[in-house]
Amino acid sequence: MSKVITTTVLPRDGWDTLNIGASGDTVAIAGDSLNTNVLQDAGGNNIFTSSSGTVSSTILGGGVKLLSTQNASASANISFTTGIDSTYDVYVFKYINMNPATDIVNFTFQAGSGYNTTMTSTYFAGYQNESGSGSGLVQPAGYGQANGTSFQALVDQLGNLAKESCSGELVIFKPSSTTYVKHFLGRTQGYNGAPPGFATDIHIGGYLNTTTAITQVQFKMSSGNIAAGTIKLYGISKS
Amino acid sequence: MSILEAKKIEPSTGSTVTLGAAGEAVTIAASQLKTNTIKDAGGNTLLTSNGSGVLSNLNSGFSGSSVFISSQTASSSASLSFTTGIDSTYDEYAFYCVNMHPSSDGVVFEWQVSSDGGSTYGMTITSTAYRAYQYESGAYGLSYVAGDDLAQSTDYQHAIEQVGNDADQSCSGILQLYSPSSTTSVKTWLSHFHSCHKGNVTNDEYTSGYVNSTSAVNAINFRMASGNVDAGIVYMYGMK
Repeated sequence: MSKVITTTVLPRDGWDTLNIGASGDTVAIAGDSLNTNVLQDAGGNNIFTSSSGTVSSTILGGGVKLLSTQNASASANISFTTGIDSTYDVYVFKYINMNPATDIVNFTFQAGSGYNTTMTSTYFAGYQNESGSGSGLVQPAGYGQANGTSFQALVDQLGNLAKESCSGELVIFKPSSTTYVKHFLGRTQGYNGAPPGFATDIHIGGYLNTTTAITQVQFKMSSGNIAAGTIKLYGISKS
Repeated sequence: MSILEAKKIEPSTGSTVTLGAAGEAVTIAASQLKTNTIKDAGGNTLLTSNGSGVLSNLNSGFSGSSVFISSQTASSSASLSFTTGIDSTYDEYAFYCVNMHPSSDGVVFEWQVSSDGGSTYGMTITSTAYRAYQYESGAYGLSYVAGDDLAQSTDYQHAIEQVGNDADQSCSGILQLYSPSSTTSVKTWLSHFHSCHKGNVTNDEYTSGYVNSTSAVNAINFRMASGNVDAGIVYMYGMK
């Protein structure tokens, strides 16, 4: 067995690749760690990359991939303008503790380059007030759209006290399709700020009535800023 | 500091090249490290790539809480079946149905399950169904859909009705099936689908119920109630 003691091993002049071992060999790292920012397979395909400890990979990490996270801080809106493409057929937005700056407003979304895509949608809610004197199932007028271009309410009448917010998820199917309209489903639990306070369980469904690919989605309150909250975008892997 | 310049480093004997020693770090200052197989120091394979970016032998520690199992793509298909992969590995299975396009207009997209690996589909189901709808022309409503529920029936369970077959119409949704391998409990499930109704209506349908059997469910079949599944894809996931 031979041993070379050195601090740096470089490719020979004129080469940019250093090959260690040959086919069938094993390269063993006897050191305690192997430090690299990019791991590729032999074909040059990225398995993962790391940037200051933040690892990204399109093929590792399981079936549901966290693509991006945005935090609101007195934000007029939160827009996802990258990462929505043909990589995934199902995209899921999870919004957590979205707190409005203004009292009794709707948390809403729209899609497309101008955030004014034509959509047809439904909206209904189960509710229960805190006094126990009012509960039911309603489909309020004006919240579903018939080929409208308004922002779609995910929940209505959100309260703006610090403790009041909404959370839920919005699923969009195959936004990259240039054949089909784009189906979406959503469910949101919100704190309705109208006295005495209501728990509201909002269900929406609909389609973005376009065969143009959707690459952008925006969330905002119907009036005023998003005081706080987090929205995470996930892709459901195809394989 | 010494620098060794080389084109290739190979074992002098045997088939192992060792870099560094215990307590040291080996740093790859190059822009990337390329290999098709990563093993731990004990020789356990953590992942393998085929050289084209397709991984296998992936250690479970790399996967998240949901795991892709398989998918089925329709192409003028009478039905789509998953006859493997539904077992005791996961307590929850999710089926993501994307742009299921019927060959016939205004048909039901539906499913049934099997306890014999897909030889027969006709287990007893009891279920509920309700939907909200909105016409592009303005009318809307919310109602229970008596025709889409089942009461101790072996019929196919409707996921959503009246799916249009215009070029841009289809249905999409999610079916969650809980603990299909149980031989103690009935199998509960939840379903939420959306379709473009043939009359240009958004149709948002919720069904749920149970497969009233203590036999393990090990296969599922999706189809249109009439005609073929012209196009579409169903992804099956297991939830850890």
